[in-house]
Amino acid sequence: MANTKPTLQPDKWIDNYADYLFNYAVVRVNDSDLAKDLVQDTFIAALKSAKNFQGKSTERTWLVSILKRKVIDYYRKINSKKGQAEVRMNFYVDGEQEGNWLEERVPQSWDNASEKAVENEELKDQLEACIDNLPEKYAMVFRMKTIQEFETEEICKELDITASNLWVIIHRARTQLRKCMEDNWFNS
Amino acid sequence: MFKFLFITCDEATMICDKSQYNEASLFEKIQLNIHFLRCGICRLYTKQNNKMSDLFRMKATDCQKEKPCLSDIDKAALKQKLENSKA
Repeated sequence: MANTKPTLQPDKWIDNYADYLFNYAVVRVNDSDLAKDLVQDTFIAALKSAKNFQGKSTERTWLVSILKRKVIDYYRKINSKKGQAEVRMNFYVDGEQEGNWLEERVPQSWDNASEKAVENEELKDQLEACIDNLPEKYAMVFRMKTIQEFETEEICKELDITASNLWVIIHRARTQLRKCMEDNWFNS
Repeated sequence: MFKFLFITCDEATMICDKSQYNEASLFEKIQLNIHFLRCGICRLYTKQNNKMSDLFRMKATDCQKEKPCLSDIDKAALKQKLENSKA
């Protein structure tokens, strides 16, 4: 009798799923070498636990669920990294002035913003450089939300963070990016 | 009384960031607008934030056009690694 339960065919994994998994990883970590590593780790982990595959989901769904764990592990790793460039504060964190703009971080007017905002390669490069300057975890969450346009709920679920956590990260990333673009583009 | 309507610049700009994604609540928007009445800096931040969102959207359109995939060389290397790990 034909077995209708999906079975694993590891020999075909790379041809069938490598691109899909790579794409899945790269839109989340925005680094193709890292994404390659995650895909490789996923396949190796899958081989090791192939006997646990119960055929309840398709092969692809099963592989994606392993990759998801790898992405979370990566996020936790960069989240706990000590000594990395911390995002610059923009507001007083305590005292009477708490929550007010730090004097040196107050937004300055962008006199020639309209002429400077014209789409060109240089502008895109500068923007990319500013995003890359963010601490890794801020860059990752910011990109997922703003560049890849994921839903808030989805990011929270995938990275196991709360919505308020996400908004603090987005807020810090955006205030930092505003300042970076002001210094390096609009008022430079 | 009504103290809950008054927020700091940090909180105001956070709401402003949220509303760039259309995810600020009505109450938050009210708080933000009350803050605007007495804070020119945050009004300026908001104006610039809109401009930043335009730039991000431009970048998003660019990025989403790309369809990243693995080269044949990468795939061959991956196959090799997988073979080795089986052994």
